[in-house]
Amino acid sequence: MPEASVAIRCRVNGDDVELQGHPMTRLLDALRRELHLTGTKEGCGEGECGACAIMIDGRLVNSCLVPLLHADGAAITTIEGVAQGDRLHAVQEAFIAYGAAQCGICTPGMVLAAVDLLERTPHPTDADIRAGLAGNLCRCTGYVRIFEAVLAACGRRPAPSTARTLP
Amino acid sequence: MTGHARYLDDLSMPGMLHGATVRSPVPRGILHDIQYSPEIPWNEFTVVTAADIPGRNVVQLIDDDQPYLADGEVNHAEEPIVLLAHSDASLLEEARRGISFEIEALPAVYTIEDALSGREIIWGRDNIFKTYLVSRGDVDVACAQPGVVIVEGDYETGAQEQLYIEPNGMLALARGEDGITVWGSMQCPYYVHKALAALFDLPGEKIRVVQMETGGGFGGKEEYPSIIAGHAALLSWKSGRPVKMVYDRAEDMVATTKRHPSKTHHRTGVSRDGRLVAIDIDFVIDGGAYTTLSPVVLSRGTIHAAGPYFVPNVRVQGRAVATNAPPHGAFRGFGAPQSLFALERHMDRVAAAVGLSPDELRRRNFIETGQTSAVGQVMHDAVDMSGLLERALELSDYHGKRQRFAAMNATSALKKGIGLAAFMHGAGFTGSGEDHLASIVEVEATVEGRVRVLTSSTEIGQGTNTVFSQIAADALGISLDAVDIVQPDTALVPNSGPTVASRTCMVVGKLVESAAQGLLTTLRSTGTEITDFAAACRDYVTQFGPLRSSAQYQAPSGLRWDDERYEGDAYGTYAWAVYVAEVSVDTVTYEIRLDDFVAVQEVGRVINPVLAAGQIEGGIAQGIGWALFEQVAWREGRMANAQMTNYIMPSSMDLPPIRVYFEERPYAEGPGGAKGIGELPMDGPAPAIANAVAHATGVDIRRIPITPETLMALMEPSLA
Repeated sequence: MPEASVAIRCRVNGDDVELQGHPMTRLLDALRRELHLTGTKEGCGEGECGACAIMIDGRLVNSCLVPLLHADGAAITTIEGVAQGDRLHAVQEAFIAYGAAQCGICTPGMVLAAVDLLERTPHPTDADIRAGLAGNLCRCTGYVRIFEAVLAACGRRPAPSTARTLP
Repeated sequence: MTGHARYLDDLSMPGMLHGATVRSPVPRGILHDIQYSPEIPWNEFTVVTAADIPGRNVVQLIDDDQPYLADGEVNHAEEPIVLLAHSDASLLEEARRGISFEIEALPAVYTIEDALSGREIIWGRDNIFKTYLVSRGDVDVACAQPGVVIVEGDYETGAQEQLYIEPNGMLALARGEDGITVWGSMQCPYYVHKALAALFDLPGEKIRVVQMETGGGFGGKEEYPSIIAGHAALLSWKSGRPVKMVYDRAEDMVATTKRHPSKTHHRTGVSRDGRLVAIDIDFVIDGGAYTTLSPVVLSRGTIHAAGPYFVPNVRVQGRAVATNAPPHGAFRGFGAPQSLFALERHMDRVAAAVGLSPDELRRRNFIETGQTSAVGQVMHDAVDMSGLLERALELSDYHGKRQRFAAMNATSALKKGIGLAAFMHGAGFTGSGEDHLASIVEVEATVEGRVRVLTSSTEIGQGTNTVFSQIAADALGISLDAVDIVQPDTALVPNSGPTVASRTCMVVGKLVESAAQGLLTTLRSTGTEITDFAAACRDYVTQFGPLRSSAQYQAPSGLRWDDERYEGDAYGTYAWAVYVAEVSVDTVTYEIRLDDFVAVQEVGRVINPVLAAGQIEGGIAQGIGWALFEQVAWREGRMANAQMTNYIMPSSMDLPPIRVYFEERPYAEGPGGAKGIGELPMDGPAPAIANAVAHATGVDIRRIPITPETLMALMEPSLA
């Protein structure tokens, strides 16, 4: 590793932690390697896919684009911090109920994006949901079930609209 | 969901090294020398070349022509030549740049036309990996009949990147006499198993392959994982340490398999009243530099090329050719989306030539129960394409919209169009493939009455574990919670074949059902009346020991396939579908927007409606991407846009409402009446969308992806 090294302090999922490394270390790598929080995934490494999304000070960001130095003093939430102990967040419950996760690799980022969306916009329109999740790519689902899960999580419970059998 | 599921890259071992691949910068040439920069402390690295391979330097699959590491010659850009490992992953990039190759460049072949021209021979005697010929009746005689209208056309589809969100990755631990274990992201543990045994010249029992959670496959983790597993294992073999190799996105995009590009020529003879009298198809796919799975991709594409129609005279020539691109490979649909795109786009043009609407031409020619397909398969099970068509037309308001759009388009810069595609997809391996696989499944019951299902079928997001649990629970009359699916690990599970070809639920699921029923038979054979399954298991295991049952594939009676003549029952059964796409085309920006998508299909009985709909929706999304957005920019056989920034897959903003409907018609040989489902939805979107864009704009779409640039060139030839 290059010689430059910094020590930063931040709060991750409610715990105070100290992280050391090159100031330009990707926060994604620090979380995965130093804190073993491997729920944050790398999909593209260039901020396109959203698999590495986390919350920093209440804002959704792609952790592959955040240098370690920027996390100094920050309050960070990763996917591991979304459920309260054994109690899943309403978004997680809805993702399970509506079949919104297939292979699961985009799910951590997608759940955080949905949580973020509902915190900012508690009663989103369909267009709000599409726009709110546009930074998180999913190759499996076509997003249909993810939209339904988000609607369900904010209290609008559509019947699983696509499980239709012709009479 | 909570971040605790373990994928390969989440795995770490004490003393673990990280691996990297050094690849060829040129598409074709003779490798004279490998040079190592004196700037790098090479003694700190593990370095592997072809000379280090203990067994055979071939990736064992069909033709054994692909080396693990190039030795003497290079046949495609990004071909692996040297492997490196170090405990500090951050040092690998500089070391990779410290290796250079002395390669004498040879002329390369980049296109299907070049490969067929024979200008440069790069594979075998004629650059052709495989040829198939399907022939019924006499197309030339039929086309020469008076009153027969001839419609011809050329169609083309591009490569498609897999873009599973988790890139390929493997961790290997090789310990000399003790053998080799690999953990990784994969669809087919026994393919990897077989390939490693040959690479290291070890008996099968010395190789263990374990599937981790797998972040999407779609075919991209069918054959390629054998390569990365072999590379990681070679590095581990030489270093004596565990070695993890995970591709980053750019490496995964440039080096691993994509959907085969294709070119198809159609010549169709149709009577003036719209009866197809002859279809003559020349279907060619670009296989890339090595055989890999191209012959079987070609086979499926060739068999599906004539589609869901009854035509008395048919000729389909299918060829897979070699180019100096990285090998193209399995990708959902496996050749069928390519040939069906050509057919279903062509059918709209045939309809226009005889003055019929697209739906009416199809209605007059659909294959019906009891009729014989192009490859000589009699449709014994009921087929009702007309019924699916009527449903799709009604649900999409196809005729109403065609009328309204014609009126609106006359005065608007936004042109609206609606198009349909009718198609089918054969479930399971083609021809005698399932007989050769002879898949085995085991089910065992514990003393507590829990049931364990052992198969090599992998959960890759499509719902295998849920569906197998359902099938076993239903067969045994127990709760879903009492069933455990054993994670595929070749040390534990039997070979139930690869997780491909829409075969997992229908073929392997049926074996799960049979094996579960076998448990009941065994329990009853002791004279036990099973009132409480758990109690019966306890009594049996206590008295007799382990309670196990296995089932092996046996072809349904009456199925016959002739490999030599390439005819017969190509598949045990087919799923059938009609899809309708509605688009708006902005004639200022040439952007195409999908406004609605209706998918009506018959897939046997639907075992799990949520998972089944999820499969259809996801397949349609991939089909939409292939049709409109996903363009591989090739430069000298290399993908130039190997980034998610400039290779565009659909986001949540790009997709229409996808409305999915199932017509349920139980299939007697499937578990609970189910057929295969996974690949079907990849076949229909591209031709339905192309037909809709042609309807909206009046231009003749022959090629996908239909990007704004290509559409502009078609609509404004003077600007292009």
